[in-house]
Parts: sequence; C-alpha cells; structure tokens
Amino acid sequence: MAGSGTAHLRPSEEALLRIEGLVVEFPVGRSGLKVHAVSDISLDVLPGETLGLVGESGCGKSTTGRAVMQLVRSQAGSVAFEGHDLTKLKGEELRQVRPKLQMIFQDPISSLNPRRRVRDIVREGLDIWKIGDEDARNAKVTEVLEAVGIDPETAGPRRPHEFSGGQCQRISIARAVATEPKLIICDEPVSALDVSVQAQIINLLQEMKDRYGLTLIFIAHDLAVVKNVSDRVAVMYLGKICEVAGPDELYAAPRHPYTAALLSAIPLPDPAVRAKSTEGVGGEIPSPLAPPSGCRFRTRCPAAAEVCAQEEPQIREVGPDHFVACHFPL
Amino acid sequence: MPAPSHNSGDDIVQSLVADKSHDSAVDESMLYFAAVTDGPEIANIANKRKGLGVGAWLSIIWLALLLTSSFAAPFLPIPDPINDVELPRSGGGEAVVIATPPSLDHLFGLDSSGHDVLSRVIWGARNSLLIGIVSVGLGLLVGGVLGNIAGYFKGKIGGFIGSVLDILLAFPQLILALFVVTVLGHTVANVTFALAIVSTPVLARIARASALSWSEREFVLAARAQGATHRRVIWREVLPNVLPAMFSIALLGIAVVIVAEAGLAIIGAGVKPEVVTWGNIIVGGQGELRGAAHIVLAPSLIIFLTVLSLNFLGDVVRARSDVRESAL
Amino acid sequence: MRKSKKSADAAARFETEPTEGPLLQVVDLHTHFHTGRGVARAVDGVTLSLERGRTLGVVGESGSGKTVLARSIMGLLPKSNVERTGSILFEGREIIHASNDELRELWGSQMSMVFQDPMTSLNPVMKIGNQITEMILQHLDVSKAYARELALAQLKAVGIPEAERRLKEYPHQMSGGMRQRIMIAIAIACGPKLLFADEPTTALDVTVQAQILDLLEEQQRERFMAMMLVTHDLGVVAGRADEIVVMYAGRIVEKAPTGLLFSDMRHPYTEALLRSIPKLSAPSHSLLQAIGGRPPDIVNPPTGCKFSPRCPYVQEKCTQEEPPLTDAGSPDHQFRCWTPVGTPENRAALEANRAAGLESALAVVEDVLPAGVNAATETLPPLTTSHLRSGTINPKESI
Repeated sequence: MAGSGTAHLRPSEEALLRIEGLVVEFPVGRSGLKVHAVSDISLDVLPGETLGLVGESGCGKSTTGRAVMQLVRSQAGSVAFEGHDLTKLKGEELRQVRPKLQMIFQDPISSLNPRRRVRDIVREGLDIWKIGDEDARNAKVTEVLEAVGIDPETAGPRRPHEFSGGQCQRISIARAVATEPKLIICDEPVSALDVSVQAQIINLLQEMKDRYGLTLIFIAHDLAVVKNVSDRVAVMYLGKICEVAGPDELYAAPRHPYTAALLSAIPLPDPAVRAKSTEGVGGEIPSPLAPPSGCRFRTRCPAAAEVCAQEEPQIREVGPDHFVACHFPL
Repeated sequence: MPAPSHNSGDDIVQSLVADKSHDSAVDESMLYFAAVTDGPEIANIANKRKGLGVGAWLSIIWLALLLTSSFAAPFLPIPDPINDVELPRSGGGEAVVIATPPSLDHLFGLDSSGHDVLSRVIWGARNSLLIGIVSVGLGLLVGGVLGNIAGYFKGKIGGFIGSVLDILLAFPQLILALFVVTVLGHTVANVTFALAIVSTPVLARIARASALSWSEREFVLAARAQGATHRRVIWREVLPNVLPAMFSIALLGIAVVIVAEAGLAIIGAGVKPEVVTWGNIIVGGQGELRGAAHIVLAPSLIIFLTVLSLNFLGDVVRARSDVRESAL
Repeated sequence: MRKSKKSADAAARFETEPTEGPLLQVVDLHTHFHTGRGVARAVDGVTLSLERGRTLGVVGESGSGKTVLARSIMGLLPKSNVERTGSILFEGREIIHASNDELRELWGSQMSMVFQDPMTSLNPVMKIGNQITEMILQHLDVSKAYARELALAQLKAVGIPEAERRLKEYPHQMSGGMRQRIMIAIAIACGPKLLFADEPTTALDVTVQAQILDLLEEQQRERFMAMMLVTHDLGVVAGRADEIVVMYAGRIVEKAPTGLLFSDMRHPYTEALLRSIPKLSAPSHSLLQAIGGRPPDIVNPPTGCKFSPRCPYVQEKCTQEEPPLTDAGSPDHQFRCWTPVGTPENRAALEANRAAGLESALAVVEDVLPAGVNAATETLPPLTTSHLRSGTINPKESI
C-alpha cells in the first residue's frame, strides 16, 4: 500500500508529537465492511514546526487530525505527545492533556456556537480549566481577540452569525490560542473562505505561530496553501503516506507519481501554463471500503507494475530529508 | 471527510431555501440576494424583520386573557359553576330543566342544571390548562433530558434510550392513557400523569433528533477538544440550541393535550364528571346537542381558539429561534 | 405531437437568425433586489458580449455578483422583488422580457447551466438515464428509444465508464466527479449554443477538477458552444478562458483578453486578487498579499469607486467619483480606475499613501508578482513572515 514505514521519523526525544502505525477504521453499519480511513501511518512534528498534511478528499488527512486529538479513537498505533501516548489515556487523564492541544476547523460558522457570545466562546477554555481569576481571564480574552484583529469591545458581546466567514475564523483562532496550547491542528482552516480572506487568515496563522510559539499541523487540499505555511509536507493518499519532504524540495522535485500528478493538476493563475490532467492521473480515488492491494495508488498510477499490486512500498529516503513510499520513484 | 467546498452563492441559496422555505416572511428574492452577498449581516435581515405580527399578538392576548381569568376565577363575579343552584320550580315542585340559550345576563347561556356556561368554561380552563401545561412540562423535562442524552451519546446509551422510546411510541397512546387513568383513578393528577407519559416519548424523539444534528456541529467537537466534560458540552453547547425548538413543540403539545383531555372525557376515561374541565363540560352537554347546542359549542369554540393560538405561537417561536448561522 | 409543434416553434423563432454577430450581447444590465434593508444592486450596469464558441471567464469574490449575473442572463431569478433592466440579446433577440414559456424553450436547447453542487442539482429519486432522456424529449422531437440512445451516447461522451449500467443508477451512487460529469451531460444533451458553468469545479478535488475542465473544453470545441465560466479562482480561468471580466460589487472593474489581463492588468482589484493567491513558485513562508477589509456590501456600497475602502492606491477622487470603464490601449481591454496599475499616477498614489501610513498601501510588495507581470514597477526584496513580527504589516481588519 502507498506507504507504511517509519524511515522519515526523527528521533523520538526531539519530537513534540510522534504518530506511529496509526490505524483508524470505521465500521459501516452492520455490514461487516470497514472504511479504511487511516491505515498504518507514521508522522512526527518537532516543536515550532509546521507539518503540512495534504491530499484529496477521502485521503484520511482530517481523520488523522481528529485521531491525534483523540476525537476519533484509533484501532492501532500510538500518538505520543510530549512522550505520553494519548491513545492509552482515558477519561480524566485525557481531558487533562486537552488544553495543550487545540483544533481549528474548516467551517468557520459551524465551529462557533450560534447561541453564545464571542467573548464567552473565546473564554470557554479558560473557564473549563479555571485559568486565572475573573480579571485575568477577561484580560486574556481581550488580548487574544486583539491579536487576531477583532475589536474586543464591539465584537465581544455579539453572536457569531453577525460576522463574516473570515472573522469567524479569526474568532476560532483566538479561541484556540487562549489556553496557550503547544500544538494546534488546523483542519482546512481556509478552504471555505474567499481568496482575499484566505490570505489574511494564512498570514494571521503565521503571526500567531511566532507570537505564541506554536507548533502546527496544517491540513489542506490546496497544495499552494500548504507549501506556503509548512516546514515539512506529508502527502497522503487513501489512508497512506506517499511522500514526506520539505516544501520547497517536494514541490521542485516530487518523487512520488501521485505528488507529481497533484502538482500538475493545479490550475495556475498564469495563462501561459496549462494544468493538464492528461499528464496527471485518470479516474478517481478508489473506495476506502476496499482499497487496492499493494500500493494503494497503483490503480491510477502511470508507472504501476506487477510488484505494485503485490507488495506495499515502504517509506525510504531518496534524498536529504526527502522520503517516498514508491517502488518506482520519479 | 468533507469535500473541499467554497462559500459560493449556489450553496447558500440551497441552504437558505432548505432552511427557510416554510417562512413566508422571507421571500425568494431575498434568499437570492442573501445568497449572493455572503454578508452574514445581510442574511440576517430576515431575522431582524419587524415585530411579532398581528396574529402572534392576538394569540398572546387570548392566552393571557384565558390564563388570568382562570387563575382569578375564585375572585371573579361569576356564578358558582358546580354547586346546585336554586332552580325555579314549577307549580308541582318539579325542577324545570332550563338550558337557556345565551343572553345578556348569561353570555354563554345556562346548562341543564342551571349553571352559567361561561363560568363553567372559566373554571374548566383552570383544570384543562393545568393538565395541558403540567403534563407537557413533565414530558418536556423527562423527554428533553432523555432525548438530549440519547442524541449526544450516539453509542450504546443513545441506542438504548432510543429503543425504549420506540417501544413507548409503538404503544397505542389512547389505550395507554386509558389504562393509566382506569388503574389509578379519575383524578386531575392522574389524567395529567397519563398524558405526561404519552407526551414524553414524542418530545424525547424530537429532542433526540435535534440534539443529534447539533451534536455533529464542529463547535461541539471544538468544546470537547478544549477539554469540556460531557455534562458541560450538553449543558452549554447542545441544550441552548435544542431548547427553542423544544419550546415551540411544547406549545403545540399543550394544544394537543387539551384536545386529548376532552377526548378522554368523552370516552369516559377522563377526570370524574364532578370536576369541571372543558372535556367534562362538553360531555355534560352532549345529550342536549339538539335543544341546547350552546353548552357544547361554547367550550368547543374556546378550545378551538386556544389550540389555534398555541399552534400559531409555536410556529412563531420556531421561526424566530432559527438562528441564521445555518444559512451560511 | 404537442411537443414536436413546440420545438418547431422554437426552431422558427431561434434558428433562422443570422449567424454573424455575437451570440450573446448584454447591454447595461442591472439586477436589483428589493429587500427590507434597501435595494441591493447585485448586478449594476454590466455590458459584455460573447462570440460563438468562445469562453468568457467571470471572476470575483462572494458578493461580486458573478452568480447573479449568470442567472440574470439566463432568466433564472425569481420574479418577485427582482428588477432587471437593460438588454440581453441572444442571437440578436431580446430575451430580457421573455415569458417563462419562451424561456423554457430556450433553456436546455439554446442555453444551459452547470451548477456548483451536482448533488443538489440532480434529482435524487430519479435514475440518471431518465433525467437525461426527459431533458432530450422535452426539447427534441425524437422517439423515446432514440432519446435513450442519445442519453447513452451523452454519458459516453462525458467520459463515464460503463455508461449502460450508470443509466440505471441514482445520483447518490456516484462520486462527486461522476455527478458533475452527468450534470454536464444533461446540460449539453440538447446541443445548447451557450453554456453557463457556475463554479463547476469548486466542490471537486484538484485532480478531478482538471478532468472536468478538460471535459468542458473538449465538449465546447466539438460543439462550437460558447461558455461563460463563473469562478472565484483566477487559476481556473487563466488556462481556459479567451476573455475575462473581473467583477466587484456588481460591476465590471476590468475586462480583457486573458493574456492581456495577466500581462498588463490595470485594476488594483485584479492585481490584489492575483497577489492574494499563494504561488507554487514562491518559496514557502512567503508573506501573502491579503486584501484587507471585507467583500463589498451591495446594499450600502461606498461612494465613488466601490473598491476604494480596500485599495492601496486610493485617492481623494476615488472616494467621491466613480471611475468610468475606460479603454486601456484597445477597446478589448477596459478597466474602471482613476489610478490604474502600472502608471505614474498609481506609483505616486502608493507613495503618498505609504507616507500617510495607510495600512493597505504599506502592505503592498510588488515583488510577489510572478516575473514579467508588472515589470514597469520597481522591485523590492521579497517579504517573509519575519516582516510581520517587526510590525510593518498589520493584518487587522476593522469590524
């Protein structure tokens, strides 16, 4: 299958988060079938780093994010955060870790409770964890709202539906940073926004990262966005990792045929360059209910051979800090 | 995994139409308009429309009138509705049956025992409204709690509560109420209890459906990711969104229960005839429909207006509690 | 029988038109919605024309009026509280006042639309085959069996594997990309001369998006069909459209042949849109040139130039007087700006605004544009996120 193995992981003592052999499957009714959402993936993030997780819908990138947060439970593997395996934690122990991990969601409107006021939404984490006294909490809310470019005076007493999508996403970011987390998982934070607003939010995330010393996992389907924000990019396909590398390296010289196909399919805002699907991959992503044997990408891969159906490629180093799971890397 | 989507007009039109198709106050063009402007403040116009409207005010006035007069019944200058009245006697000392039609002295006329029908309707409102409000209140409390829990915990707990509700719903409602009243006795409390049992699973199902959809919203996930306990999430995130819908359903529920009380009385499974309820007034006048229809018509008219008001108000509450966030 | 008469009527009405002259000509089209808050000028004086077989890209953010424009031309808007004025000439015929019956004859056979979300635009309880054949039978005088054959051919033409089996399936049994192919099959089944594609690929994955855009182009070429491609993504139109109009607050702010638009853009909004897109060619962590503020409010638009509150080159005049659509060298290329990009006035305006400390002006960094674009202006060293820390850029927007 496109990509098992741990060759791309760095020493575990350096990593803030280290995912090893993560498997997430969802049963489909009582049919006995399973959605293989995430199948044996390993990833790590160093403190202060931004890991970009990119792939098309159904590749398991959002599930990975939620499995890290323990919002969906994994069937196998470990998620070590600061050395503690989160998958082993239950109930109260797990809850105690929560303030250090935060999440920003795709739909800025749906991720804010329509019946609560902006100030209360941002304060929620501080209230839950009883961080500081009343004044300290209010001061913190004011600080983070200002940091994300929302006027705490006028916006504080309002409800989310009075704001635009971009502003709601700013409020979500304020909520995420209020408890001073170490790691924020951004699940498609800009894909529901207009291009002009998208740029504002991306810049804001970068600024927040520097200001609060955050580590980010940035999940998106837009390769250009991921390239812009990431220090390291992992490309996923059908629950597997295809390729891991630094963004500039990955985009300049993709080694996995899927990465190359993805890159060539992006429509560039330049009339001289045509996105050509003929060079890329035909067909569509197979059903995660019954993923192909061997390399999961083989059904759409222009370079597929016999071995790809039989043997799952392991992740291996093909260049300095450039890893790929393919029998025939480009 | 959500497909990448963009906040474009078409989506919004779809969701707005789906969301608001029942609301005549928002016309189609406004939907298109809201759709293409993407301003939540604009999508909001529909919400900030003018006051309550005449119908809602009439309903409120009617219900307020009914509630105050029934509460104040003991202090109102109205004839005694229950105790025997001095009936004029004929020469032979035989009581004359005088089911007098409405007159200026007795706006709703007199019934065959000489009681003022208006007075009986007002006293009857006390019991009928009590039965309606308390039984639905109980149903709302129990059903709301069960439904919210079932909707939020989708796993085993939700499944279990869901099955119990299904079984309760599968029971013929009328027979269930009849059974309870027959076994426990024909008192106001028991009828209330019986109707509460009937309304609980219905309200619970509605609460569950609503909680189920709200629990899937990302803000619930966000609260959990922040480390909020389940209790806190239900209490602060899910419940405030479920309540308005529940409240509007409860108003409709009261209307249904008022009618059900009358129904129970007619099949002889209601409160004992000595107690004045709207149902019992109708039952009392049943025999004289031909000669003195006003005995049945007066309480029926009052029930009709009350049910209408409650239904109307329920609709208004539901429409107004629709937060426009879903439009985006 | 009735059907055949109808289509004969339609033929009489529309097919005897001369084939010279543009297929579609829109002159000063206004679409106003009367709302509780006031009049929303969703489309406000749009003039454009489209030749047979050509592709016009319509680009803009949410609220720019691009979707309403397409629906106004097609006559798809509700009648109540909507006011359309101006002129829409389709093959030389005025259709702005067309009745519903007349429009129904046009829809499908002459002009047709592909929507963003194929799931909601397909009937979920009807088999795919029936949906296509119904469309064909409504417009063409053919037998049912022939319509079925045609439907099958359509599915094959839009690249659906195992077309026979797919005819008997329901929309929910298919992937998003498949459904969009079927939408396209339905839209072009009766050989329309004009196809509106409203964000046809926005809900799709990038590899599938490329396939669908290729399909649209191929069908367009084969059928000599004109297309209006409405999108928020400059990348989508860059490679596909012959001409592009950029819309803002219901108005065309720039209109040019595609190559010219990208090489010699004049309007600050076009420039800002292009700059705000993350570039694959730019190194990671380059600072994006966000457009400050928020998309326009079309009920209470600003006076003067609608883009002035967000524009880095805004001058006194911009906030008072709306610039007219002016020719930039050729009548093909028009823009609506007092201080167009690439002119000395523009340069001066930027310097003045920088000196005055205008946030949007301080945020402008020319170097972010790809090489060749806007070469006239001087270049500055690339800006990275470290500039944010030093506080030179303020991403705040007021609410």
